[in-house]
Amino acid sequence: MAMAIRIRVLLLFLFFLSLSHLTFSLYQDQVGLMDWHQQYIGKVKHAVFHTQKAGRKRVVVSTEENVIASLDLRRGEIFWRHVLGSNDTVNELDIALGKYVITLSSGGKYLRAWNLPDGQMIWESFLPGSTASRSILSIPTNLKDGKDDLILVYGSGSLYAVSSIDGEVLWTKDLASEGIDVQQLIHRHGSNIIYALGFIGSSHFATFEINAKNGELLKHDKVRFTGGFCGDISFLKSDTAVALDSTRSSLVSVRFRDGEISIEQVHISDLLLDSSGVAAILPYKLIEMVAVKVKEFIIFVKLTNEGKFVVVDQIDHTAIISDSLSILEDQQAIALIQHGDNKIQLTVKLVSDWSNHLIKETIYMDCQRGLAQRIFLNNYVRTDRSSGFRALIVMEDHSLLLVQQREIVWSREDGLASIVEVTTSELPLEKDSVSVATVEHSLLEWLKGHVLKLKGTLMLANPDDIAAIQKLRLQSSEKNKMTRDHNGFRKLIIVLTRAGKLFALHTGDGQIVWSVLLNSLRKSQTCEAPNVLTLHQWQVPHHHALDENPSILVLGRCGPNLDSPGVYSIVDANTGKELNSVGPFHSIVQIIPLPHTDSREQRLHLLIDKDWHAHLYPRSPEALAIFQREVGNIYWYSVEADNGILRGHAAKENCILQLPDEYCFGTRNLWSIVFPSESERIIATATRKLNEAVHTQAKVVADQDVMYKYISKNLLFIATVAPQAAGDIGSVTPDESWLVVYLVDTITGRILHRMTHYGSQGPVHAVVSENWVVYHYFNLRAHRYEMSVIEIYDQSRADNKDVLKLVLGKHNLTSAISAYTRTEVVTKQQSYFFSHSVKAISTTSTAKGITSKQLLIGTVGDQVLALDKRFLDPRRTLNPTQAEKEEGIIPLTDSLPIIPQSYVTHALKVEGLRGIVTVPAKLESTTLVFAHGVDLFFTRLAPSKTYDSLTEDFSYALLLITIVALVVAIFVTWILSERKELQEKWR
Amino acid sequence: MKITAYSPKSSSWILLLLTLSFLLTSSFAFQSDELLVDDEEFGLEGGSGSTPDVGSTIPARPSQPARKRSPPDFSSGSDLDSKVQFTLEHAFGDSDFSPAGTFAARVKNSPHSGQTLTKLRFSRTDFTAADKDNFKKLLEADDFYRIRIPSNLLTPPGIDYVISSVKARCLPRHGLDEHIVIHMDGVNVLAVNYGSQGACQYPRHLKFPKRWLFNSHTVLKSGEQAPRTPVFSEETAVGENGEGEGVAPPERSFWAKYWMYLLPLGLIVMNAMTQAMNMPEEQQGGGQAGSQVQQRGQSAAVRRR
Repeated sequence: MAMAIRIRVLLLFLFFLSLSHLTFSLYQDQVGLMDWHQQYIGKVKHAVFHTQKAGRKRVVVSTEENVIASLDLRRGEIFWRHVLGSNDTVNELDIALGKYVITLSSGGKYLRAWNLPDGQMIWESFLPGSTASRSILSIPTNLKDGKDDLILVYGSGSLYAVSSIDGEVLWTKDLASEGIDVQQLIHRHGSNIIYALGFIGSSHFATFEINAKNGELLKHDKVRFTGGFCGDISFLKSDTAVALDSTRSSLVSVRFRDGEISIEQVHISDLLLDSSGVAAILPYKLIEMVAVKVKEFIIFVKLTNEGKFVVVDQIDHTAIISDSLSILEDQQAIALIQHGDNKIQLTVKLVSDWSNHLIKETIYMDCQRGLAQRIFLNNYVRTDRSSGFRALIVMEDHSLLLVQQREIVWSREDGLASIVEVTTSELPLEKDSVSVATVEHSLLEWLKGHVLKLKGTLMLANPDDIAAIQKLRLQSSEKNKMTRDHNGFRKLIIVLTRAGKLFALHTGDGQIVWSVLLNSLRKSQTCEAPNVLTLHQWQVPHHHALDENPSILVLGRCGPNLDSPGVYSIVDANTGKELNSVGPFHSIVQIIPLPHTDSREQRLHLLIDKDWHAHLYPRSPEALAIFQREVGNIYWYSVEADNGILRGHAAKENCILQLPDEYCFGTRNLWSIVFPSESERIIATATRKLNEAVHTQAKVVADQDVMYKYISKNLLFIATVAPQAAGDIGSVTPDESWLVVYLVDTITGRILHRMTHYGSQGPVHAVVSENWVVYHYFNLRAHRYEMSVIEIYDQSRADNKDVLKLVLGKHNLTSAISAYTRTEVVTKQQSYFFSHSVKAISTTSTAKGITSKQLLIGTVGDQVLALDKRFLDPRRTLNPTQAEKEEGIIPLTDSLPIIPQSYVTHALKVEGLRGIVTVPAKLESTTLVFAHGVDLFFTRLAPSKTYDSLTEDFSYALLLITIVALVVAIFVTWILSERKELQEKWR
Repeated sequence: MKITAYSPKSSSWILLLLTLSFLLTSSFAFQSDELLVDDEEFGLEGGSGSTPDVGSTIPARPSQPARKRSPPDFSSGSDLDSKVQFTLEHAFGDSDFSPAGTFAARVKNSPHSGQTLTKLRFSRTDFTAADKDNFKKLLEADDFYRIRIPSNLLTPPGIDYVISSVKARCLPRHGLDEHIVIHMDGVNVLAVNYGSQGACQYPRHLKFPKRWLFNSHTVLKSGEQAPRTPVFSEETAVGENGEGEGVAPPERSFWAKYWMYLLPLGLIVMNAMTQAMNMPEEQQGGGQAGSQVQQRGQSAAVRRR
């Protein structure tokens, strides 16, 4: 028996080993040949410089993508980086003891210390608390408890003193119960008292004195201000603050000295002549000064020793101000950025000497970066012992720049960390006249390159030269050309980022071919809070209109709500020029690309607004004629996840508006599915890709039988869960949670299949392709993740198997299929355990759909796993028959194998993975895969190996030599035989 | 084979059993949540083998008028089973909905699966003259004929309706052919699917019905339960494996397994046999080959002599 087990294990092992050869894997030296990987961090919101006495100057940043990173200040490269969870927002960032990076995240709940040189986590403290409050991190310079330096944290309504060595919480003081909303923690040098300052209600200002040793409340004072506070406050010194009153029309100075609080009020109109309107204190950490925004201006106000307000300066409101930076001799420096056309002006001033400036530089700035949004100032000692300044600037497109000595030292395109939507575009055909932002090489460079290559071939090159040759070879290699290639490997990946910037990346090496910050998606008077929605291919010229460039439709919304007005732009995909931008106009609730194009190959789109009007684009008579011809066959559906309703719609005659609009159509509700709100809630939907190719409609099963796939572009997968099970995994018992999956035909609203998984829970990730759906969920009973597959077959065409009928033409294979024909369908399903949770799921797609499919699964480790679809075959059985084995059916196992070689990302990680996009190449065997998150990763996959082309390492020379040798051999033997024949005859 | 679409069990033998049992008796209580034909109470001629959905189709009686218009209505009944009636409403194109028929069913309270609907009965109201005109207009315009029923049958009406629609040209056959599939979740109506029974060819041709009578079929459907994920613990895998290998050898006969040994052995035996047969004629004895050769040599020598 034991022998039998051993044999089985061995067989299993051999079996998997053989599979691993089937799946995609590569050798170590092939890494980087057809894949590329780019690392980003996202939009920076905090930055702390670490430049003193450090060999490597660095800046530690935290970003809106919840990344903590240490960047090289010289080049902008990442030393180390940590991506926190998606709901673990970084609130505060600082450096303690000169060697730890301290972060406070999740609303003051997690305090972590990271080692500054290598980014290893030193300790982590969980600070419990329930009341939501602002979170403050304060690292006093000389507050000790024994030998231990203290870190003060205010979060969740409590004040914590944390040891900086091991993160132990030394004492806690609940301040929320005292009613104070703490705004600032102040520790005066040398004392043992911590002051917690803040508001009680809206009309009291309070100071709490707390013993730093044990958290004991020593004293508390409060003072009432009749005008009330609006909440804006800025602390000028350790004993003075400036706040705004509740009407936002006067400044209030608060002094708290020796346990006494004094309040004085000054109207802004007394300071500034024409200052009607509301004011706001800008949240910059300035010292001895406060920046107040009044109407179109920012005014800088100082408080004299007598308690008088003095306006120091008045600048335009678009200016960006840095926090103040302490430089030598207790001086405070502030950096300002003012915008001009294609340039920014950087000014650094001393607070004490405002009329002069230390630096005034004008820097040329690419207008595609937009306006500056944040600036972080840092100083250094110049070679002549004077102080110099460098500034880290965050731009509107989320890019990060380091500016020093009037120059942009480095820049990072960190907008690419927040990709919203991806599409691809073909490159132009290889013609002399067409070029895409070509990088022309000068003659000198060309000559240099050739000299280098010559050196290389003559083996005269030193290692530097070899590296340069390698780089040149990569640059000039086939894969980076700006034209279309025969195999369809070279394309442009067009990505839309959250900042409203459009990038075109080359599939060859990921270089940015062009980038454009869309004007329609920028903040303007007509569009206050722009919000990017999505992008679609607008024009894909292939048959007619070949001389036109492809173009992309980008849609956005002016505001966070569904009823906010929409905007759109059309961008040339080859050059990145904004061809057309319209808006704001009607709201956009849904975007439906129609399967029709006009004579210029512009795709027709329907935009549905909140009143259920369908607006047709492009607005041209031709498009209108096409639409009216096809209107009877245009259907769409909408998912109202909040109400649990699925509706089907069709267009009818023009809508009735005040202004007649012939491109606007009314809609009618054709069908609806109402999920009972007490038992089901929609959590996931999935549809087939519109452009997916299916090669064969029939599937030949083992016993020479044929099954017809139910192939419909209108198949919708929808998953609902019990409402109480919509939370996290483990929040409900298996008995009260279930998962119901539906397959719905979106033309008629017919439910093709409905199935309940009892004891299962979301989150559900699903992918629909051809006639199958694969979805991933959690099985509470088995305590494991599961993946299920449903395949759906058309039973009504099953009698087409008769050959005689086929010969006589009595089959219904060529007749048009109407969705109103109630086709009978058969489904097959099977579930398997899968040990990973999933972040995204997708499937490979090839040009003709002949190649077998692989599922691409974004795993919890931010990697992409390729899993053969054959593992998710509902017809797998324990002991497949010989015929089934020949068909390729794998014996049934209860769980899906995770084969290390089948990670398409090999050793790399796509941090914060959000989506996997697959695009077919022209070569049938190959598909292009682009995974995006905080990082980007691109590769080529051949799920069934490259059966239609020779591999790159195929030895053509050997083939040629063999042929030549054969030809020579033929001639030689021919001559020999001739000679022999002659000799025979002479005999 | 028709049942496969509705049967939750995938095992084919259960299917076969069910099919057989359906053919034998239509009142077989398979899965209370599917539609059951109520023969005894309403005296319908349901469940005949000729209807396409065995055991789940009711030919409606068009003559019976709709009595109740407000959808939920509980008649007096036992605590366990209560009756419910709800209205089917229809609309021509974009017109308003108007009553077109009544469903009557029983609500069955079962301790395991909560309330379910059984014994559904449908009575269709005939088209009035105005309806006929409207329907003809729909046919000419190739427009939609829409129906709706309330989504929750037990709580007051007016909350939500489930709607379904079909191109009017799909309906006319000989009469008006309609097929209503109601997807239920307990007593909630998830969706209704309305259409003709058979195919609706795409270039839809204008065709008026010969008789303005509805030939209605209604089907109640509830969801299936997903099959359990197969769990193979170590033991079962080994057991099955051991069994498989234990069973496999006896299938091959002894001869099939050892022919390669048996064949030469047989040949040797045959050879030896012939040798033994020949031997007594010449001389006795001799078992070893060497001695035989010797003997032969001797005998040859004898002959020469």
